[in-house]
Amino acid sequence: MMNDMTKIKHHLTEPLLMGYAAGTLPEAFNLVVATHISMCDDCRAALAGYEAVGGEVMMDTAPVDVAEDALAATLALIESGKFADKPARVRTKNSVFPGPLQDYVDGDIDSLKWRKVGGGVSQLVLKTSKDASVRLLRIPAGTAVPDHGHRGTELTLVLQGAFTDSEDRFGAGDVEVANEDLHHTPVAEEGLDCICLAATDAPLRFNGLVPRIAQRFIGI
Amino acid sequence: MLTETSTLRKADALPVPSTYDGVKALPKRDARTSKVNTELTTKRMAWVVQVYAVRDNQDRAAFAELFGYFAPRVKSFLMKSGASPDLAEECTQEVMATLWNKAHMFDPTKASVSTWIFTIARNRKIDILRKQRRPEPEDLPWGPEAEPDQADAIGLQQETEQLGQALATLPDEQRKLIERAYFGELTHSQIAAETGLPLGTIKSRIRLALDRLRHVMK
Repeated sequence: MMNDMTKIKHHLTEPLLMGYAAGTLPEAFNLVVATHISMCDDCRAALAGYEAVGGEVMMDTAPVDVAEDALAATLALIESGKFADKPARVRTKNSVFPGPLQDYVDGDIDSLKWRKVGGGVSQLVLKTSKDASVRLLRIPAGTAVPDHGHRGTELTLVLQGAFTDSEDRFGAGDVEVANEDLHHTPVAEEGLDCICLAATDAPLRFNGLVPRIAQRFIGI
Repeated sequence: MLTETSTLRKADALPVPSTYDGVKALPKRDARTSKVNTELTTKRMAWVVQVYAVRDNQDRAAFAELFGYFAPRVKSFLMKSGASPDLAEECTQEVMATLWNKAHMFDPTKASVSTWIFTIARNRKIDILRKQRRPEPEDLPWGPEAEPDQADAIGLQQETEQLGQALATLPDEQRKLIERAYFGELTHSQIAAETGLPLGTIKSRIRLALDRLRHVMK
């Protein structure tokens, strides 16, 4: 748990929190939401509210009869031990990668197999369901990510360092939610390399010719 | 079956935490009984007691009570989320088995039993219907309270009851949009295509509904 994360300024949006609570988001977005919430008590509390709404929606539905032997079958299932609690995977404290992300990456910043994507920027694509994609980005301090627009929604969560774009400054714990209207050129601040977790439900669209060609090969 | 009186008696008999002497006194919520249906809050506290009975005594009668009320609602939620009746039946039994196995994780100062069971059902939906991995936030470092503060627990049950009542009194069009968003049967764009309403209108109606719920909760 990071205790110096009290200054988070950019939070998750209502549709994201509601979608996570309802279980309707792509896995890649769920990963960004769960990672941000691990760093942000405000959004954790807000999520609890959306989950409470979900509970009341469920309570409000017309009940559907269960099988006659459902209770007996459930007790048998419990006795079988098939649904016994599995021990959770051990997570490292004070990593740059909060718990949910540790389940997706094997190692720490310097031991990961980063792939260069040009301009000094490296990425590591994480394996998730195909309805959206998510990657770690490593942007060297002082470097700009090529100007790009978006077809769908792009979530960028800062894990270390900070970047600034036309919208604002985004530091550790901040999440930028960008849609089709935003063309931006994020620039990493001096100091630590900027490490971000970025998810999108459509391919990014780079404006310069070279990045766009590169895009076909590296699959940004 | 528990009778109404025995339910009440059980709720009254909620064990007073041994740390209830103020050693780690948490801030108490104001009693807001004026706005809340106390009978329904009592029902919610009775569920809490039943979960405790499952946790502490593997109490099958208490489990049967919870099962009788919640299993048909879990099944309904799963079917509305796109599960066939057979799959929904199977998942419902798994959800209720998970309730038994995770009863020690339940904290009535953080969630009502209805909220907690919903999250278990939601998780099962992602596992089985959507077949995705399910990233979960880190637990808070202080973990669940060993002995949750009873006043906090009652306060949270009251708030959730208020929320449920507020949801039921939303204008129809707003409530239906909220429901559909939670069932995930349609994306916002699909709802827009089906109802002929622009996407912006759908989103602002959902926002309006949520604002209304928040207002009632204040």
